[in-house]
Amino acid sequence: MVERTYPLVQPIALVERAMAEDFEPQITAFYCIYCGYMAADTAGILHIQYPANVKFVRLPCTGKTDIRYILEAFEQGADGVYLVACPIGNCHHVRGNERGWARVKRAKKILDEIGLGGERLEMFFMSGSQGGAFAIAAQTMTERIRRMGPNPIRLSEVRAGRPDTETEKEDSEEVDFRGRRSKKSG
Amino acid sequence: MIIAEQKPFEEIKRSIAPAHKVLVVGCGTCVTVCFAGGAREAAILAASLRMAFKLNGDPKEITEVTVQRQCEWEYLDAVAEQVGKAEVVLSLGCGVGVQAIAERFPRTWVVPGLNTSFLGMPAEQGVWVERCAACGDCILGLTAGICPIARCSKSLLNGPCGGSQDGHCEVNADIPCGWQLIYDRLKALGKVEMLYEIRPPKNWRASRDGGPRKIVRPDLRLIEEE
Repeated sequence: MVERTYPLVQPIALVERAMAEDFEPQITAFYCIYCGYMAADTAGILHIQYPANVKFVRLPCTGKTDIRYILEAFEQGADGVYLVACPIGNCHHVRGNERGWARVKRAKKILDEIGLGGERLEMFFMSGSQGGAFAIAAQTMTERIRRMGPNPIRLSEVRAGRPDTETEKEDSEEVDFRGRRSKKSG
Repeated sequence: MIIAEQKPFEEIKRSIAPAHKVLVVGCGTCVTVCFAGGAREAAILAASLRMAFKLNGDPKEITEVTVQRQCEWEYLDAVAEQVGKAEVVLSLGCGVGVQAIAERFPRTWVVPGLNTSFLGMPAEQGVWVERCAACGDCILGLTAGICPIARCSKSLLNGPCGGSQDGHCEVNADIPCGWQLIYDRLKALGKVEMLYEIRPPKNWRASRDGGPRKIVRPDLRLIEEE
């Protein structure tokens, strides 16, 4: 593994330091509607606590994973992304989770090339009954990303004096046909 | 179809580094099917480049568009406006696509995002193999439908060389000997005697040896030549 220097470790301006100190990672998680969703449900039924900063996106199967979704999450400011899939060999679409895992591995390489770091992306396999494992996945990623710091793209936007996309009101955005938010032109 | 693969990310980054407005142009035909330069790959590359340059403190305006076929004027004309606004066009088409953009838009700087590899087919998902060398004088009818030009490492026409070992090529043991394949197939079809026929030399002028090639079909032209 090649050691990479992220822009994060460069001298940090005040606003960036504040961002880093009160840093609560924003994580996007994709789960499949079978084991992933059921595990989330189980965690809920058992009242197992897991970090609230994880936002979930449902996929029909992790075989639907597209590297575009992962990159878009990072581009829009997610600090980490992970996938929750059925255990290998137990996918409801037989091998969908293996295909998803292959794409995650490729996406990790792309993230390394970009300079974001492939460790910001992970995939977890669990069965629908494993509510505890679901919570542990959320905690593991939250801890890992907290250690790694904010998404350097957000930092670079702050540095460039651009408004943080998150603080913008939804009124100033319009939703395109793919449901992607974009700033209104003019 | 034409098989291509994406150039290394660093090389692509270097090639577009001086520009600020970049248009990534995907192609919806061969390179979509071989997952090298279709709409998805264009979107992935554009997003990767946007993020990479942002992290370098040099944010760029990188957009993407995919045309049905980069190698035809009609489809390129549809994106003329976007091409005109870009300082550099990063083409995810094959070598033909890149040159078509260069020819259609004389004032546009265009760089390739792919290495065009060969004419081939998917042997299985995620594996592509070379099958044709576009030599211009097809002899597949004489070789049981297996091309000695593309599938023999030396493009031999008169049987295997001394490096053929147990059906493997001496260049790499993973390559099956093209001539072994031809012989086995002819034998299975009961046509081995075809190999005894004396044939005239192959016409290599139809290949690259005759310079850039061109086909003119008067029956299809809109303007009849005088």
